[in-house]
Amino acid sequence: MEETEEEKKDEADYKRLHSFPLIRHSDMPEEMRIETMELCVTACEKHATNNESAAKMIKETMDKKFGSSWHVVIGEGFGFEITHEVKNLLYMFFGGSLAVCVWKCS
Amino acid sequence: MPPKAADKRRQGQGGPSGGKAGKAGKAGHKKKAENDFPETGEDWSTGRAAIKSPDQLDLTENELEKEVIRTLTANNPHIPQNIVRFSFKERAYKLVDNMDQTAIHFTLNGYLIHKDSDEGRRQSIRSSTEAEETPVEEEKAPVEASAEATEEAETKDEESTEDAEAAGEGEGGGEGEGEGEQEAEAAEAEEPPPLKAPERKLANQFNFIERGSTTYRNPLREKGLQTDPAPFETFSENVNQWFIYDAYMEELERMEKAKEKEKAKPVAAKKDDNKTGRRLSYVELPQVDSLTKVAKAAKIAERMVNLNTYDDIAQDFKYFEDASDEFRGQKGTLLPLWKFQYEKTKKLAVTALSWNPKYKDLFAVGYGSYDFMKQGHGMLLLYTLKNPSFPEYSFSSESGVMCLDFHSDHPHLLAVGFYDGNVAIYNLKKASSQPSYRSSAKSGKHTEPVWQVKWQKDDMDNNSNFFSVSSDGRIVSWTLVKNELVHMDVIKLSADETTMQGPEGLQLQTLGSGTSFDFHKKIDYLFLVGTEEGKIYKCSKTYSSQFLDVFEAHHMAVDSISWNPFHLKVFISCSSDWTVKIWDHTIKTPLFVYDLSTAVGDVAWSPYSSTVFAAVTTDGQAHVFDLNINKLEPLCSQLVVTKKKNKTTHVQFNPVYPIIIVGDERGLITCLKLSPNLRKMPKEKKGQEVKKGPEVEIAKLEKLLSLVREPGSKEEQ
Repeated sequence: MEETEEEKKDEADYKRLHSFPLIRHSDMPEEMRIETMELCVTACEKHATNNESAAKMIKETMDKKFGSSWHVVIGEGFGFEITHEVKNLLYMFFGGSLAVCVWKCS
Repeated sequence: MPPKAADKRRQGQGGPSGGKAGKAGKAGHKKKAENDFPETGEDWSTGRAAIKSPDQLDLTENELEKEVIRTLTANNPHIPQNIVRFSFKERAYKLVDNMDQTAIHFTLNGYLIHKDSDEGRRQSIRSSTEAEETPVEEEKAPVEASAEATEEAETKDEESTEDAEAAGEGEGGGEGEGEGEQEAEAAEAEEPPPLKAPERKLANQFNFIERGSTTYRNPLREKGLQTDPAPFETFSENVNQWFIYDAYMEELERMEKAKEKEKAKPVAAKKDDNKTGRRLSYVELPQVDSLTKVAKAAKIAERMVNLNTYDDIAQDFKYFEDASDEFRGQKGTLLPLWKFQYEKTKKLAVTALSWNPKYKDLFAVGYGSYDFMKQGHGMLLLYTLKNPSFPEYSFSSESGVMCLDFHSDHPHLLAVGFYDGNVAIYNLKKASSQPSYRSSAKSGKHTEPVWQVKWQKDDMDNNSNFFSVSSDGRIVSWTLVKNELVHMDVIKLSADETTMQGPEGLQLQTLGSGTSFDFHKKIDYLFLVGTEEGKIYKCSKTYSSQFLDVFEAHHMAVDSISWNPFHLKVFISCSSDWTVKIWDHTIKTPLFVYDLSTAVGDVAWSPYSSTVFAAVTTDGQAHVFDLNINKLEPLCSQLVVTKKKNKTTHVQFNPVYPIIIVGDERGLITCLKLSPNLRKMPKEKKGQEVKKGPEVEIAKLEKLLSLVREPGSKEEQ
């Protein structure tokens, strides 16, 4: 019992501590990076249970803001190799369990 | 129909008469009107009625009432009606009844041909066939067509002239064409235009000009550019929960470390602040650091270069002793070493010199102007002997610097007096180009140039303080309290305590103007003030209204006054009246008087001997005296400026090395080494007698003084 309680506490701690967005890799300019990051946070928080709709929202918003064609992958575990336009890639973690990769390739 | 025509003519002739009848009728009406208004218009109505043209018919009322009918016909009245022609058929003259009634007033040849006219049809047929055959040759076609058309037109012209002749009129082809045109117009209204070549208008060959010109055709140019495709990159990554977790853990760790660092950093920065006082904010740190690092390296490099450049001078400074002095007897020479010059101070005069008490190679130079007509900005430079090419520090000021003094305990504090009466303190530790403290009009600045400033011992609250003397006759004590300069008038120099009688009985107190002063080495309160009038006042800090003593020292302004560094009673003064005088402050007359036959700018005691002093004169010479060797003449008088008319203004002994610096009016500072003959004492002093030195010096001077002193004055000592 104690162990499970501790585990729960750990998990809660983990969730609390790891809620912030963590940019792993990005070659975007400062301003664009921050905007994209905030957008990803908003989308993931809005569609916390549905990654697909979150990805859709990010993609559509990015298309509008920075021109098509953007691609978004959101998931808890995946591998990828992509070709992207330079200065148009953001790869970040969010919420302790989500990885978000946003890139442009037209 | 001749009879008809005749009728008509008759009717036409009768026309005018009918008109007149009308007029008469009108007159009748007028008469009626006259009856209506008999009073007003009698004269004119009667006058009107009376005038009648002589050929007017007199008609009866009935005749006037009668209606006359006139008809206009198309018959020309001028055409003769009675033309007869002989008819061979009937063998008799017959009346020609069919006369042409047309009168032509105006003809104009049209420039177009109606397409339904013969000519028009011919042209259109020709052009259409040609167009069908060769559409490319369209340009040529009209020309050909027109060429052909002219031929045809000629033929038609002939025809029409024949017609005209037949009609009995000599009007030429024009009329015929005119008729043709009329016909054509009528036809056009009825028929729709032909479909083929509707744009083309058929030209009348006789009244049509085609003009054309060819212009240059601008050549077209093609320009193309291929842009680089947007650069692409590939990026690959694997992610699962473990990676994400690790990444977050790492980040958290990093953040904590950063936090710790941040906590540590401000403290360190504060420490730095306290140490240097330069680093103003945490943000500035890296920049300042890099700059100062470079600056240090640059300074070292600069000094190394200078070391090479001025190597021979440095050797002279350290080791060269003029061997020829042995043969010169008592005389000595000055060996010029470095010259210090700065681009920005070329036109300024050296107004003050002061050696730094701690760093023996560092000295401060004040620049300004002694010509009160040409006052401008001032400069304050600090040179080191290690770098004669460029000043170590430089400060510029709006007003000329007149005097300066280093604080003996805090060698980074430099008190400066300006021509505009202000005093300021520069802190060499601070990077700022502005003085740390500065007096203002509010805080009791002098109203006239400050001629001398001198630091004093810290007061009882350990506040630094200094004194200043100015031409406005005040001697002011300035105290550094926190961030302020607090001033206090110590004494006002009233000239002979006399008052001038101003207008309306106003009592104006004339103030003496102080030009120099010096504090007694031992007795704190005692100081001497030299004035513009040539008097020297012995004053005390404790009596602000009285002088302890007055010396009628010079005839002109006292330029410099200085206590002997060894003998406590002796002081020296120099003046523009060409003299240097040595005094005992207890005796009212000078002990020694030297006439240098030109105005003396500055005088300075040597730090190593009680009997050696140097003076500079405005003729550019430096004079070095040693009373111990020669009481009457200088051991050395040497021209130190290179140019004529250049005046030397100030002289200072280095406190350690046997060198003097001399400033002149062109901003040049010359460093001179005293030859062995000029400094025999220090050589002897070396070794065991160091401690005894001062006493020996005092005794030496005392011995000299006793020779000149009056016997009576001895009691006073």
